[in-house]
Amino acid sequence: MRREKNLSAVLDDLYRAESRRVFATLVRLLGDFDLAEEALHDAFAAALEQWSRDGVPASPRAWLISTGRFKAIDAIRRRSRFDASLAALAEVLDARAAETAEPQDDGHLEDDRLRLIFTCCHPALAPDAQVALTLREVCGLTTEEIARTFLAAAPTIAQRIVRAKAKIRDARIPYQVPSRDELAERLEAVLAVVYLVFNEGYSTTSGETLTREAIRLGRLLTELLPEPEALGLLALMLLQESRRAARTTADGEPVALDEQDRSLWNREWIAEGLALVERALQSPRFGAYSVQAAIAAVHAEAATAEATDWPQIVGLYDVLLRIRPTPVVELNRAAAIAMRDGAATGLALIDAILARGELADYAPAHAARAALADRLEER
Amino acid sequence: MKYLCLIYHAQSMLDAISPSELSKMQEGIRDFLEELQEKGQLVDVNRLKPVRTATTVRMREGKLSTTDGPFAETKEQLLGYLLIEAGDLNEAIRIIARFPSTRFGSVEIRPIEDSLYV
Repeated sequence: MRREKNLSAVLDDLYRAESRRVFATLVRLLGDFDLAEEALHDAFAAALEQWSRDGVPASPRAWLISTGRFKAIDAIRRRSRFDASLAALAEVLDARAAETAEPQDDGHLEDDRLRLIFTCCHPALAPDAQVALTLREVCGLTTEEIARTFLAAAPTIAQRIVRAKAKIRDARIPYQVPSRDELAERLEAVLAVVYLVFNEGYSTTSGETLTREAIRLGRLLTELLPEPEALGLLALMLLQESRRAARTTADGEPVALDEQDRSLWNREWIAEGLALVERALQSPRFGAYSVQAAIAAVHAEAATAEATDWPQIVGLYDVLLRIRPTPVVELNRAAAIAMRDGAATGLALIDAILARGELADYAPAHAARAALADRLEER
Repeated sequence: MKYLCLIYHAQSMLDAISPSELSKMQEGIRDFLEELQEKGQLVDVNRLKPVRTATTVRMREGKLSTTDGPFAETKEQLLGYLLIEAGDLNEAIRIIARFPSTRFGSVEIRPIEDSLYV
């Protein structure tokens, strides 16, 4: 039994680690996002009170789930004194509770998280609502944090989430993992959202929780459906995250790829990422994530920046450009060509891209141009 | 739960369908509706007369206005509707995905409110 003075720290840790899992299961048991959110907070409030008296239970997660469910049914029953329609709801939930007395094994809980992901990424919801809802409900970000990520006002994000939840309820979007024949199609939307979550964590030094969360979601998805693009995305995230320790200085300043201390790269993740890329590219159905992962893999395999296999990277960018013909991919390809064929060739390509105007406001394009111009002058 | 499925087609698209394609499509619709009826999931289905027969009515400041034409002029026209019974939106989407009209036009799925009054 842990001591009382540590309880709020224990609860803080537990909230961070388990609250979204508990929430995902409560959504299934209660059939409603808002009821589940309320139940989650009631459960943690009850834990603070009861655990200080009786100690932390052996399985805190199971305790939180059953307490949350009990509190929710209890609250509905109390409200049903004023609203008769709620009495029926309380009965249904009670019956369901009796049916599933011990639903808290790990397999079930992971299924619930997946249900939550597929529901939040349902194609009947607008794409921006899918992202906001997943960050809010699956990852537990606050509305303010999401707003910062998207450079949007918090009320805009809040409204987006409220509307999405209302559509889930009113149009009855089910809380389920799609059937086998629908899964591939639905997976695409999910992967896009997972990668956005990863990028939210990648761009900040304190974002490790989010990138880990995205990688965990990625692992879960590859277990359920080892589709090449799910493998490719997980590989891409692992390979990018493997550089975390080398990517910034102690002061938080970014360190360019060719200047990073490669001994700081996480070899375990690189090995896992490389194996995944290989599996993904064996399928004829690989896509943009797998190719991006392959590019990251070539960097990961180079012992030094000078040893990078640039011809292979240019070849992979050619493939990527066919799958995803965007100016940003073109720009990255031009930078790779500059490494293979020299700064002058790369500079000419970048100038041609910039002349088209689409990337006029894209700072990395101007930074890449300036770097190449510097290299030319140095010679 | 009941879902109203509104079937929209662009006139140009309809004009482009050959007679043999049309009869094949009608056969497909017949089979589809029969199967749905057998499962007890077809509540109602109707085809509408052409949009040129539409009349729109409004009462404003006590004055009745009756105008020729649909409420909104769009390229896509409302040709008919299905009222289906489905467990949830995923099932409704699964059902409608097999409706032949989705290959030529668009079908809007709207859940029916439980109560007629707000």
